[in-house]
Amino acid sequence: MGVVFIRRFRRALWAAVALVPLVPANAFAQSSAAAPPAAEQQPADPQQIRQELNRLRQEFDAIRESYGARLAALEAKLGAVPAAPVPTTPATPPTADVPAGAAGAGAPQSPLPIYGNPAASSKIFNPDIAVIGNFLSTAGRNTIEPSPGFEMREAEVSFQAVVDPYARADFFLAASPEGLEIEEGYVTFSSLPGGLLAKVGKMKQQFGKVNTLHAHTTPWADTPIAMRNLLGGDEGLNDAGISVSKLLLNPWFFLEATGEVYRGSSGGVFEATKPGNVSWLGRVRGYRDLSEGTNLDLGASIARGHNDVGSAFTTRLIGLDATFRYRPLRRAIYRRLVGRTELMWSRREQEDGTVPAFGMYVSGEYQFARRWFGGVRYDRSERAFDSSLVDKGPSVIVTFWPSEFSQIRGQYRQTRYAEGATANEVLFQFLFSIGAHGAHVF
Amino acid sequence: MRRFILALLAILALLTDATAFAAIKVVTTTEDLAALVTEIGGDKVTVESIAKGYQDPHFVEAKPSFIIKLHGADLLVVVGRELEIAWLPPLITQSRNAAVQPGGKGYLDASQGVRILDIPTGQITRAMGDVHPSGNPHYWLDPNNGRIMAKSIQNKLSEMSRGDAAYFAQRYEDFDKRLAEAEKRWKAAMAPYKGLKVVTYHRSWPNFADAFGLDVIGYVEPKPGIPPSPAHTLDLQQEMKRQNVKILLVEPYFDLKTPNAISRETGAKVVVLPPSVGGVKEITSYIQLFDYDINLLVSTIKQTGTR
Repeated sequence: MGVVFIRRFRRALWAAVALVPLVPANAFAQSSAAAPPAAEQQPADPQQIRQELNRLRQEFDAIRESYGARLAALEAKLGAVPAAPVPTTPATPPTADVPAGAAGAGAPQSPLPIYGNPAASSKIFNPDIAVIGNFLSTAGRNTIEPSPGFEMREAEVSFQAVVDPYARADFFLAASPEGLEIEEGYVTFSSLPGGLLAKVGKMKQQFGKVNTLHAHTTPWADTPIAMRNLLGGDEGLNDAGISVSKLLLNPWFFLEATGEVYRGSSGGVFEATKPGNVSWLGRVRGYRDLSEGTNLDLGASIARGHNDVGSAFTTRLIGLDATFRYRPLRRAIYRRLVGRTELMWSRREQEDGTVPAFGMYVSGEYQFARRWFGGVRYDRSERAFDSSLVDKGPSVIVTFWPSEFSQIRGQYRQTRYAEGATANEVLFQFLFSIGAHGAHVF
Repeated sequence: MRRFILALLAILALLTDATAFAAIKVVTTTEDLAALVTEIGGDKVTVESIAKGYQDPHFVEAKPSFIIKLHGADLLVVVGRELEIAWLPPLITQSRNAAVQPGGKGYLDASQGVRILDIPTGQITRAMGDVHPSGNPHYWLDPNNGRIMAKSIQNKLSEMSRGDAAYFAQRYEDFDKRLAEAEKRWKAAMAPYKGLKVVTYHRSWPNFADAFGLDVIGYVEPKPGIPPSPAHTLDLQQEMKRQNVKILLVEPYFDLKTPNAISRETGAKVVVLPPSVGGVKEITSYIQLFDYDINLLVSTIKQTGTR
């Protein structure tokens, strides 16, 4: 009888142990507390039962420990899986308890943050990052300015974000065969009083239109000759300094005046041989909508700085630009026309006197299908240090946009150099961007 | 003399009072938002929209004339969900107006609290086309979302002009009542066509389809923002024939060449359905937008003889 009972009791205990993983610890405590009264009712060899109980308790403790460790490990794993996208971001990063038996357990008792989670707040504040590749292939004969057959001209890396409630920052790093350089890196203060907008850093100077554009935003595979002859090359005027612009409010049109001061060394046009040899720039831009689909954009710029002849010699630049745009709103993604011209005058003081030089380009671009653009450009420019040397020539351009994020461009270019040589070239350009590149100003 | 000075002071006080109660200048990115602001703000606000209703709101040009509008604005209301990402940020930066900067006291993202569909899960890449990582931004096409947007606008306007809070609340109540009545009308008109299969050009209509029981089975665009391709068009035509789809919805700013070709091949009717207030001249309010769209849709469905 007694033996049978003990067997039954044992079986019941085993069943309880088997159920343990499913029952919370305190529930088990209750059931084990409830068990002894049942045993007391049958005083059949208490010594044996006690031994049995001790053995079972040890077994149970071992099982509980192993289950506990496995559960903790599982929780940690679950916590590390990226949370499904939820509209609201958690204020604190998800945490995991340190597994009881895990390495490092016992040291930090507080929950550990889980890194590598895309919703972690440290990554939310990362700037928008983008990379734009600019690949250029040139075919044809050019004895004056030969270009390589294939060239990764530039990989532009941009980092853009809001700094604080008062400012935003934009960095553009250009990696090219010449090396890595800061193409632009500036902070913009957008909430100044008095309708002012200030930029501080290294930036493209607001001289005319093409000088302010990044290479991947021009409708051509190359840069106009006038920019190379008078504004110091493909990079143009680009320097460290301060720019302040103001809206001149009036009821008729958009009018903006900009004043800038720079270190005084940029692209071979200006060269500061003394620290005080700063260059300065002034620009006025007027814009008016002619109708909802057409508008006219006019600008005048003036820049002055010291040149490489010496501190006593200056170069003065004057520019005029005009842009006409047409883009019907109802068919904005299929049709547009941009006509643009820029005129530039340079007055460079040299030991043999002042050299006045003039350069210009006129260009037109027409979108004739959702992904297709055709364009023409005519260039003519004297050289900054000898106005008797004139380079000129036309270009015809076709651009295909597979999407907003890539462009394939073909350009036929004829250049009649002052030296007498004529170059006929075909350029192929591939532009491709990844990441989040901020929208460009109009 | 003394009386004269007093009179002058009184006039001055009146004048300053008049400017203190000047209307709140609101700029919105789309005409739908402008219409809702007018519903709530009444004559206590002046409203201007940057994009026109017949324009693709993804591809607006950041014209300098908009900078002037933003410069003078007390409040900027945006659709959000990256709809305006390609053109609004540079306008805001150049506006030289601290109030309308994101997070400023005069900036309202109307997508707060509304029901957003098509929120992508998992890895997003540009191989999917123009995906919006935070969900489909065409959410205003569900009247219930319109109600929530109107409420956000009411809260914002009340915050900006506490004295008019009761006025805005009363206008909201009125709008809410009219919208609820109209909703009954629209739901009743669409009820016989519940589950009707349609194809749309762009993914502009998930909220509309959801609200009025349409089943969008495909798109003319192979991927959002990617123009139609011959292979995809062929697949779509086969699918439309197989499922007997007789309605093809096109936004007014898309070319009709491909939709018309599909229509000839499948016998489906092309419906140019404005997704925004101002899409056609007759639509000047949020409620009229649905009136117009549902009338047009129902009459076209009747022509096709489906059900």
